Amino acid sequence: MTGYIIKRTFYALVVVWAVATIVFFMLRAVPGDPFRAMLADVDPAAAEVLRRKFGMDRPVYVQYFLWFGRIVQGDLGNSVYGSNVAVSRIIREAFPRTIALSTLAFLISLLLAISAGVISAIKKHTFLDHVFTFVAFIGLSMPDFWLGIILIIVFAVKLHWMPAIGYVPLSEGMWPWLSHLILPAIAIGTPFSAIIARMTRSAMLEVLQSDYIMVARAKGLRERTVIFTHALRNALIPVITVVGIAFALLMSGAVIVENVFAIKGLGRVLIQGILNRDYPVVQGAILVVSVIFVFTNLLVDLLYTIIDPRIRYQ
Amino acid sequence: MAHFETTADIEPDRTPPALGRRRRWTWLRSLWRDKKAVIGLCVLVVLVAGALTASYITPYDPNAQDFEFLEAPSSTHWLGTDDLGRDLFSRIVYGARISIFVGLSTVLLATVIGVVLGLLAGYYGGWIDNLIMRYIDLQWAFPNFIIAVYLVAVFGTGLTNVIVAITLAFLDDFARVVRSMVLSIREEDYIMAARSIGCSNGRILLGHILPNTTAPVIVQATVSVSYAILAEAGLSFLGLGVQPDTPTWGLILSDARTFFSRAWWLAVFPGLAITVTVLSTNFFGDALRDIFDVREYQEEM
Repeated sequence: MTGYIIKRTFYALVVVWAVATIVFFMLRAVPGDPFRAMLADVDPAAAEVLRRKFGMDRPVYVQYFLWFGRIVQGDLGNSVYGSNVAVSRIIREAFPRTIALSTLAFLISLLLAISAGVISAIKKHTFLDHVFTFVAFIGLSMPDFWLGIILIIVFAVKLHWMPAIGYVPLSEGMWPWLSHLILPAIAIGTPFSAIIARMTRSAMLEVLQSDYIMVARAKGLRERTVIFTHALRNALIPVITVVGIAFALLMSGAVIVENVFAIKGLGRVLIQGILNRDYPVVQGAILVVSVIFVFTNLLVDLLYTIIDPRIRYQ
Repeated sequence: MAHFETTADIEPDRTPPALGRRRRWTWLRSLWRDKKAVIGLCVLVVLVAGALTASYITPYDPNAQDFEFLEAPSSTHWLGTDDLGRDLFSRIVYGARISIFVGLSTVLLATVIGVVLGLLAGYYGGWIDNLIMRYIDLQWAFPNFIIAVYLVAVFGTGLTNVIVAITLAFLDDFARVVRSMVLSIREEDYIMAARSIGCSNGRILLGHILPNTTAPVIVQATVSVSYAILAEAGLSFLGLGVQPDTPTWGLILSDARTFFSRAWWLAVFPGLAITVTVLSTNFFGDALRDIFDVREYQEEM
């Protein structure tokens, strides 16, 4: 097991390195750089000075080794815009926002999805089941950013229940923090809960037909005990295997929905960096986002072995 | 293949020579019986027809500005107007062109490239397989939309770059599905038979293996179209897509963001257009998946 963890961690690091390297070289292979875009028409000399300051006048491979050396030491460079803030600082501020948002979305939607899935399975082919199935279909087909916009219009603009946009740190109180995150969390979580609800439903239906459920009923257990302690626990195993894939979907939803709600998380940092052609910011954001993805995958894989002891890795 | 077995049960002795044709018929018939598939297909046909005949059915030029700013839906402007006085209905119909074009072209390209990579990796194995699989594994670590964002970050924005980005982001799914199929088909007796009568590798690949991978590939392609449409809308919404002023659903939503509190129609209708398109594609794809019985590939998103 330890060997397996070491091997997988090493492989995860290789993936992150490969992504960062490919992005580094491809960014520089595309003609035009941020300074030319900013200054070339106005003042080519100033653009040249800036290029030298950021080391972009050097050969690409030299830039790469310098950059790599700094990355290893945790230095992600500085933004080329404004007051040249350190990228690591931007990311340190953005990181907890994205994590808070994704975690909240994860919890809300898991709760909703598993309840809906269980109800659908128990009441299969009833009106309620059909409603849940249809809602799940819509949830999967709706763009998350659009759902975000609709939620803003309904709950912030019309009803004034929640603030429309922005982010407040947890230090300013539980409710202010939570109220800024609920709407985007629902927007992100909806496609995720649609997938989980459908998975839960089919897994529950399968388990409910198995012999040990019949035994449990035959020995006179209450229906509630049968459903929750006997059926649901086993039905959740296949569900958890898709949670990993679905969690990735959740994170990619965060990238776009953060832009709707003007939450300066990793997604917004990445997109703003791309729009500004701010290389150090783009590279830093891609690096950190990739690390999150790769290590979440790893974590989920390891979690399987704990949840389902039948799974063993070499 | 539950459905085909039922047919065999009725007529156990007659295995007709033209099995291919019969199968195609059953396939279409079950599709026709599936309510979801029929609804999805009808909506898609209407959408494609609307996109193709956009210049005939729209009452206004999608970029023509007017002094009727932010007007609510009425008999003159069916879905209202935007902040520049442009007719929302016309812009949405024209927007269908970009969405459908990007959705279909990217998936077509991704299918062709992905299937070729999957065939090569699965059939030849060895270093080719290793190389292709390393690449696929790299993409597998990330959701398709994130890969598309990464690629646009590198290539820059614009319609061509978006198509390249979405194509590359989606092709690993096809390669993965086809490779796993080829690995099992390769061991079948009829492949050995084909080889023993001296068929070339090319002929075995294209004539014997490829046709047997069609069902999962078609299902994967249908599902991918809906994700590709969502990806294009998302990229356009973020400002990473097509040029500004092009009428696309994502961009209309993005442009109108500041006016949403005053003009609900600008927020509702473009998103509804995306949802209806994706929903009908999903309906259709779901029906195909039931008919071809390829549930095991369902996780490939």
